[in-house]
Amino acid sequence: MSLPVAPKPSPRRFQQASWDEPIVFELSTPGERGVLVTPVEPVVREAVGDVVAALPEGMRRTTPPALPEIAQMRVLKHYLRLSQENLGSDLNVDIGQGTCTIKYSPKINDQLIEVPQLRALHPAQDPADTQGALEAIWRLERLMAEISGMDAVSLASPGGSAGIWTNIAMIRAYHASRGEAEQRDEVITTIFSHPSNAAAAKVAGYKVITIYPDADGYPDLAALQAALSERTAAIMVTNPEDTGIYNPAIKEWVDAAHAVGALASYDQANAAGILGITRARDAGFDVCQFNLHKTFSAPHGSGGPGAAANAVSAALAPFLPGPRVERVDGRFVVREPGELSIGHVAPAHGVILHVVRAYAWIMALGAEGMLEASRIAVLNNNYLLKKVLEIPGASAPYATGRRRIEQVRYSWQELFEETGISSEEIGIRMADYGFHYWTSHHPYVVPQPFTLEPTECYSKAEIDEYVAALAQVAQEARENPELVRTAPHNQTVHHTHHDDLDDPERWAITWRAYRRKYFGEAPDGPARSALPDAEAALAEPVAVGA
Amino acid sequence: MTQTFVHPYIPNTAPEIHAEMLAAVGAASIEDFYADVPEDLRLRRPLDVPAPLPAEQDLARHVRGILAQNRTTEERLSFLGAGTYNHYVPAVVDEVIRRSEFLTAYAGEPYEDHGRFQALFEYQSLMAELLAMDVVNVPTYDGYQATATGLAMAGRLTGRIRVLAVSDVLPEKDSKVRDYTRAGLEIERIPTAGGIADVAALRDRLSDDVAAVWVETPSFTGAVETRLREIADAAHAAGAVVVVGTDPIGYGVLTPPALQGADIVTGDIQSLGLHQWFGGAHAGFIAVHDEPRFVMEMPSRLFGLESTDVPGEYGFGDVAYDRTSFAHREEGKEWVGTAAALWGIAAGVHLALMGPQGMADLGELLLARTAYAQQRLAAIDGVRLGDDALHLREFTIRFDGARAADVVAALRAEGIEPGVVVDERTLLVCVTEATSAADIDRLAAALAAAIDTEEKDQ
Repeated sequence: MSLPVAPKPSPRRFQQASWDEPIVFELSTPGERGVLVTPVEPVVREAVGDVVAALPEGMRRTTPPALPEIAQMRVLKHYLRLSQENLGSDLNVDIGQGTCTIKYSPKINDQLIEVPQLRALHPAQDPADTQGALEAIWRLERLMAEISGMDAVSLASPGGSAGIWTNIAMIRAYHASRGEAEQRDEVITTIFSHPSNAAAAKVAGYKVITIYPDADGYPDLAALQAALSERTAAIMVTNPEDTGIYNPAIKEWVDAAHAVGALASYDQANAAGILGITRARDAGFDVCQFNLHKTFSAPHGSGGPGAAANAVSAALAPFLPGPRVERVDGRFVVREPGELSIGHVAPAHGVILHVVRAYAWIMALGAEGMLEASRIAVLNNNYLLKKVLEIPGASAPYATGRRRIEQVRYSWQELFEETGISSEEIGIRMADYGFHYWTSHHPYVVPQPFTLEPTECYSKAEIDEYVAALAQVAQEARENPELVRTAPHNQTVHHTHHDDLDDPERWAITWRAYRRKYFGEAPDGPARSALPDAEAALAEPVAVGA
Repeated sequence: MTQTFVHPYIPNTAPEIHAEMLAAVGAASIEDFYADVPEDLRLRRPLDVPAPLPAEQDLARHVRGILAQNRTTEERLSFLGAGTYNHYVPAVVDEVIRRSEFLTAYAGEPYEDHGRFQALFEYQSLMAELLAMDVVNVPTYDGYQATATGLAMAGRLTGRIRVLAVSDVLPEKDSKVRDYTRAGLEIERIPTAGGIADVAALRDRLSDDVAAVWVETPSFTGAVETRLREIADAAHAAGAVVVVGTDPIGYGVLTPPALQGADIVTGDIQSLGLHQWFGGAHAGFIAVHDEPRFVMEMPSRLFGLESTDVPGEYGFGDVAYDRTSFAHREEGKEWVGTAAALWGIAAGVHLALMGPQGMADLGELLLARTAYAQQRLAAIDGVRLGDDALHLREFTIRFDGARAADVVAALRAEGIEPGVVVDERTLLVCVTEATSAADIDRLAAALAAAIDTEEKDQ
């Protein structure tokens, strides 16, 4: 073989890092230290004596925690090896995680937050010393108010689902303030709204009613109208839904809710295709939340932190969580939550790292840029839709033939019927080509589902590369199904057995539980609680009180 | 359509590609894709936001200019705690969590994101050793949420609604916990005695309708609960779950709650390898014994160890996924979503670095400096300790004559944040490894001078 080098194959050849790394406890060598703690000063020791020896009876830990003992470089190496065994969005064409809007998280934004002026800042400092942080919050609140059209914004919620919780907590407080807490005990959502809308409403004490699509694949307005009553506290919907379908009757949905005295809550987790196109306020919503780690580019951090912006109408503003940041005579002041507020939903002011990142993202783009980001996200999605539907065996159920907004929930049902290869198996095989691929939330209303969302951040060439890999895997499913079924072939680890994960006798959630269950070791601490079993407690009356 | 705006974050705005893609899908313009958005909902004007700074250097200058107004706890001498703590963060921790493979990973499967699963399984395992419990979750949002969920779990476990809160609780946390559990629980406060639980009063209030006894240790005031064993015995006799909210920073030397009868141990890990971040970098843990009655009530993801086709190779997966809202929407346990995984990785790295000796050294240092600060401040005329309980890291002082807010204002003028105001005459003071003996001496001197001045003014 000599130059020239042959053209590269499509899809690309890929081999994920595979370090066969032990569990961190297996790296332990007694006596090694990873980091040292500043010593107790002699003046302190002289003044207070041996504080550990002086601990009250039973308060001194007799067996040290069985943490590993590892020198510093080996700890670093271990974790850097683990870091290489991930497909982060900086490495992957991350369009396979639909509903989650995996955008480019600009590096400059990470640099901007990595400063002592944020890292070494305490929320209880003199506000004169935290004006920069408060200004960042205040500015992003104003931007989110304009983007949503709403009157007031809180950035306190530390995640998207946390933001959904804040929505329903405010709604509950609103109805309570009007004496309708008892009467309004139902919340209505749709099956293609994020599951946290249903789940958070349940935690808040509501009965949840779920609406399915109508014959045309759109949220069923007639079914909503039938479900609404004076018992309805709110509708909680995602729009566009997780199918990428925008509910064209969304205003009618909101109006119908208002007609029975219910509020309308808008999960804007899927707003990446509609910034500057349409706003929550224009459809009449009372509350909504945006996810700063999705639509506004903050990184997903292996599963958090996230952050939400809760935006509300003037009528709901008194119910926002605190603390609130206000501008008075050009200075920023902190106000504790008022009487109607739902109080604190998280420590301090929320996830300031994401507040600054989202602010920087918006300021890098401006009105024109955000609009363009939306438009290109939608262009990319419809281009991807066209390309995916060209793969035999793939389909996009619901609203057939219509355009989608920023994502699509597809189906491999036809391919599955032909080959027996499931969507999950295709997903595992996709990662053999270096791509992440996700199926769907449950229940699988769409059979053999997969959900793709290309955002504005990936080039046509990258989208084409992703589709080429999908087509390749579909072809493998037909021609060599065993190859797909036995995947992974070139990822970090090999086919993993999942049988133990649902069996309480066999699952191993921590290293100590694994050692206890499988090697008969007896780590420090009881294996079981001293709380009597419920059945046992029922069987024999218990002595209570003094 | 003419394209003029090409932004570095948006590749397909380049005119030729743009046209090619439109042609490929058979659309005349991007407007076609918005056919389902009714015209009366369309915003037919530009968003009213400031002019953008698309050049990176302009953006950086603008944002840095805003943040430059801040004065850090490196520039001020800070004794602020109350839920957010100024602990030292080893360089390796930051190095690991800044890696973009971790920072930008999200919801990959156990194969492609094996490293994320292993790092979080290790976090669970390291925390489990510190807490002496066999099950720890993938982090939830923060300690507020963790305790709220711990109490909600106790409500589901017992089918009861009363919760007896026996400790002083950080007011912001109390606010969150009460609102979160409002639909299912009624929380009753039993006033503390000498900073810790009034066990006799607890016994009087316990009955077979109590779901949980809620203990905070260290409490809002930094008091370590030294009667947990008695509390647990009484609670268990009534069939009530013992739910503890804690900060695990002291368990290198202090007996962890599980060894004194706690059933559900919850708390925050900001102290374990996370900077203060203006209170914006928290994560919550929920720890239980390895029994299905507890585990099956947990809403969070739990990463479990598995075998693979290759001998000696570890695999991972989700344990009992069927509990979750991902699997069953409103029929799951509460909900699960993007929470705080990266901070769990940070805490794991931190514990791997610290090891048993590091955690013991740190625990001893915090106990010693707390006792030293108590001594120094209590020696000032007009200052008393709030109680005589055992304290870790935080304690309250009461002023005989001075107003706490005035003292804070006076010390701020000297570049010292002396603590968080609890009430008119009470201040919550926090010491960590960042506040040396000399720093504490400086606080004591400044406090003495401020109180002296206050009293002369009155």
